[in-house]
Amino acid sequence: MPATTNTTMAAMPEPSHTDPALIRNFCIIAHIDHGKSTLADRMLQLTGVVDQRQMRAQYLDRMDIERERGITIKSQAVRLPWQVGDEKTAHVLNMIDTPGHVDFTYEVSRSLAACEGCVLLVDAAQGIEAQTLANLYLALENDLTIIPVLNKIDLPAAQPEKYAAELAHIIGCDPGDVLKVSAKTGDGVPELLDKVVELVPAPVGDPDGPARAMIFDSVYDAYRGVVTYVRVIDGSLSHRERIQMMSTGASHELLEIGVISPEPKPSQGLGVGEVGYLITGVKDVRQSRVGDTVTALKKGATEALGGYKDPKPMVFSGLYPIDGSDYPLLRDALDKLRLNDAALVYEPESSAALGFGYRVGFLGLLHLEIIRERLEREFNLDLIATAPNVVYRVVMEDRTERVVTNPSEFPEGKIDKVFEPMVRATVLAPSEFVGAIMELCQARRGDLKGMDYLSEDRVELRYSLPLAEIVFDFFDQLKSKTRGYASLDYETTGEQSADLVKVDILLQGERVDAFSAIVHKDHAYAYGVKMAGKLKELIPRQQFEVPIQAAVGARVIARETVRAMRKDVLAKCYGGDISRKRKLLEKQKEGKKRMKMVGRVEVPQDAFIAALSTDDSGGKDKGRK
Amino acid sequence: MPSALPDGEPVPDDGALPASALAGAAARPLGFYVHVPYCATRCGYCDFNTYTADELRGTGGIVADRAHYADTVIEEIRLARRVLGQDDGRPVETVFFGGGTPTLLPAADLGRVLGAVRDEFGLAAGAEVTTEANPDSVDARYLEELRAAGFTRMSFGMQSARQDVLRVLERTHTPGRPEAAVKEARAAGFAHINLDLIYGTPGETDDDWRASLEAALAAGPDHVSAYSLIVEEGTRLAARIRRGEIAGVDDDVHADRYLIAEELLSAAGLEWYEVSNWAAAGEATARCRHNELYWTGADWWGAGPGAHSHVGGVRWWNRKHPAAYAAAIAAGTSPGQGRELLLAEDRRVERILLELRLRDGVPVDVLTAAGRRAAEKAVADGLALGSALDEGRVALTLRGRLLADAVVRDLVD
Repeated sequence: MPATTNTTMAAMPEPSHTDPALIRNFCIIAHIDHGKSTLADRMLQLTGVVDQRQMRAQYLDRMDIERERGITIKSQAVRLPWQVGDEKTAHVLNMIDTPGHVDFTYEVSRSLAACEGCVLLVDAAQGIEAQTLANLYLALENDLTIIPVLNKIDLPAAQPEKYAAELAHIIGCDPGDVLKVSAKTGDGVPELLDKVVELVPAPVGDPDGPARAMIFDSVYDAYRGVVTYVRVIDGSLSHRERIQMMSTGASHELLEIGVISPEPKPSQGLGVGEVGYLITGVKDVRQSRVGDTVTALKKGATEALGGYKDPKPMVFSGLYPIDGSDYPLLRDALDKLRLNDAALVYEPESSAALGFGYRVGFLGLLHLEIIRERLEREFNLDLIATAPNVVYRVVMEDRTERVVTNPSEFPEGKIDKVFEPMVRATVLAPSEFVGAIMELCQARRGDLKGMDYLSEDRVELRYSLPLAEIVFDFFDQLKSKTRGYASLDYETTGEQSADLVKVDILLQGERVDAFSAIVHKDHAYAYGVKMAGKLKELIPRQQFEVPIQAAVGARVIARETVRAMRKDVLAKCYGGDISRKRKLLEKQKEGKKRMKMVGRVEVPQDAFIAALSTDDSGGKDKGRK
Repeated sequence: MPSALPDGEPVPDDGALPASALAGAAARPLGFYVHVPYCATRCGYCDFNTYTADELRGTGGIVADRAHYADTVIEEIRLARRVLGQDDGRPVETVFFGGGTPTLLPAADLGRVLGAVRDEFGLAAGAEVTTEANPDSVDARYLEELRAAGFTRMSFGMQSARQDVLRVLERTHTPGRPEAAVKEARAAGFAHINLDLIYGTPGETDDDWRASLEAALAAGPDHVSAYSLIVEEGTRLAARIRRGEIAGVDDDVHADRYLIAEELLSAAGLEWYEVSNWAAAGEATARCRHNELYWTGADWWGAGPGAHSHVGGVRWWNRKHPAAYAAAIAAGTSPGQGRELLLAEDRRVERILLELRLRDGVPVDVLTAAGRRAAEKAVADGLALGSALDEGRVALTLRGRLLADAVVRDLVD
């Protein structure tokens, strides 16, 4: 690793006494695996805030899940001193880490809003990916200065010239402006830091105006309560001051204020352009919402900063404990996770088939996946999740309206219109897969909005798609049809009216609520046939024949039959068999208790799990893009 | 006897039973089962406790050999006398030699073991004394010796009349031999003869099965046992099916074959009295009284490696390996490995699961309220006879016999 370019120790500006002209607020936009965390690690070392001994890989990624899966869920902001040449006073670089996934677009947009510049980091062996592109567009919308950087130039497979041209094409710069670094070896990183100082504008704000700071992240800590990350736009905030959250009007005392470098360092306050954290003792991230404006309680601002939105769940799934007696544990676990996740919503629901559980709303599939994994891992719960569904708005003929978050609650009767959420999806892939991608998107009711060649052999396709079509194994299909090369990003854009129907699954004439699904009329038959076929394999034979039907309203669209069991008797039962037989009977009785009764039909819990957890239920790899 | 033994509490060294087990013994019939754990070859489907070597060496150098097997078992019969006590004046109603292949022992050995039972306990008048035999392990002379020693009933492992089926089962006898053995037994003076048949062997057709039943019936036994082939884990047959060498058999096929058995056997004047057993109609002595002891909760002493016993609500089982068994006997201790003291609820459940398999069924008064509701449902579903329920019994219909285990699961609630 090259030594830092600092020759003499420059003065280090103190938080709350930092000239905004010295501050550079920037973030790094990158795809997973393109080396963002490694680059951040290198910056921590080069700026001297972490020494070699303390260094651990991916220093800033706090949660185990993040480190294991290599994804960053929660952003953080680190204050880094950086001296260019022989300057007397070092600059202050605030590196704001952004979440890397589509589900957290809103959080990304708030992180970007806290910056003036952004490093666009792209793997020199892979080129830009769809999500990176989407976040780049977000950054451009926020008028950020973009510094294009190719990483991993030390790799033999690197094609820096090709991808520099691609980046230059996308952002409209000269290929020669694209920096080339190796975050792994540190090559080019000092030059990158110099460039940040040179190119990223210093923050501008009114130091004498009423304090306004934007919350770009909010994290629950078991010891400290909620830690709120802010960027001060105008005025200043001081230790012990009373502050107010402008969206809720709630006021708190600033028990602690400071900067992260990279461990929390309390300070007297934060001034214009500075980035740091606040602790007020609140225990729930809902009291400190991302995008909200913090002001002083006395002589506070009257106008909040723009851009605040309530998080809105887009995907719902029923979560049920496999062991019904775990229901209170599930409730406690959700209550705990909620402290740190303002977007998590849930309410109790009961299913005839699955017992008591919760209908849980998520920002998207990765969010669902993360929550489910955390519930299972951190709280030791075994869960059944129903197939994820989106939120439908149903307008009845009498003009009344219902919002449906659970397919089994889809209204019967006189429906005028059903509205479903739509997304704008961006797919990047090698051009040879264009046909396969179009075929897939078309089958999912997609509408092609545009197509661009990013380079000779890479294409960007833009589609308008129903969100519901994406939550059903879309990503897995996309990956398999493109041999893993395609990347996907989407953002919600609104709703459309569509010809949607509810398909019910009936066992011996009894509806099984957990298997109801809302699908497009043209897909109802295929869904019905698939589900009925699957259940036929999963439901054990009973003493009577069990018809399995898929129905839309009263109309049966598919039918299978589980033949009656004709033989259930042990051939021999003599002296040496009796104990074994009795014990087997006791075991079978236990097993019977775990059976769910659907009318007279005994359905093993495993059958529900198997029917719900196959390819169309949001497979395990959804989030890994 | 299945190879896996249950878990239980240890058996005391002297084999002593709790007083509760002996209380009221006089009112219960007593039977003896003698296990002979030797076979000439092991059949592919067999998971019984049986061995093909003549000598079996255990830890500590104790050798269990076939030549001395009768003496070892006789020691256990003497132990039985001590455990049950001299006050137990019950004569033995039934003796049953099973295996393994009991007839691998010389007829004289079987006779000596029977003699030991007679000496220690006495045989009741008209006692039933059965041995199992492979059709090719006996001849006319052997059968005469058995008859002379006091045996009254022969049970031959015929299994099938088809060579192909016998080959899959790895049975060594040839078609026709079982019928000949029945003739020899009749000639030797045996009044009661059973043929064991197996249906649902991979590759067997409905016609094969009909042919087997017809061949068996033509030989004129007064008893037929027909068992669906159970593919037990750990057998060669299970491995061959797992490897795909032979196809497994669907339960529906078993059901069809059972119905064929019921049809042909009853047409020939045999009447079912237990799910897998048919005996000459109207002849009380044609039924296997020994097995009826098992099914009605009577007392029986099982002698030999791995044998189970039951006396007054205590069930125990012997060490499984012949050498370990022989070592315990040689040391003058009980060969019992474990036992269970049945709780009232256990005995109730066992009554239901055993008696429901019988023609007369199980009395309603052993059922709980939920069990009685289940009985009514069984009648409504066509699994139990309404006429029997009116008389206070749950008795299975033909379809109910095929679903007996499912009915039991509901009745024991």
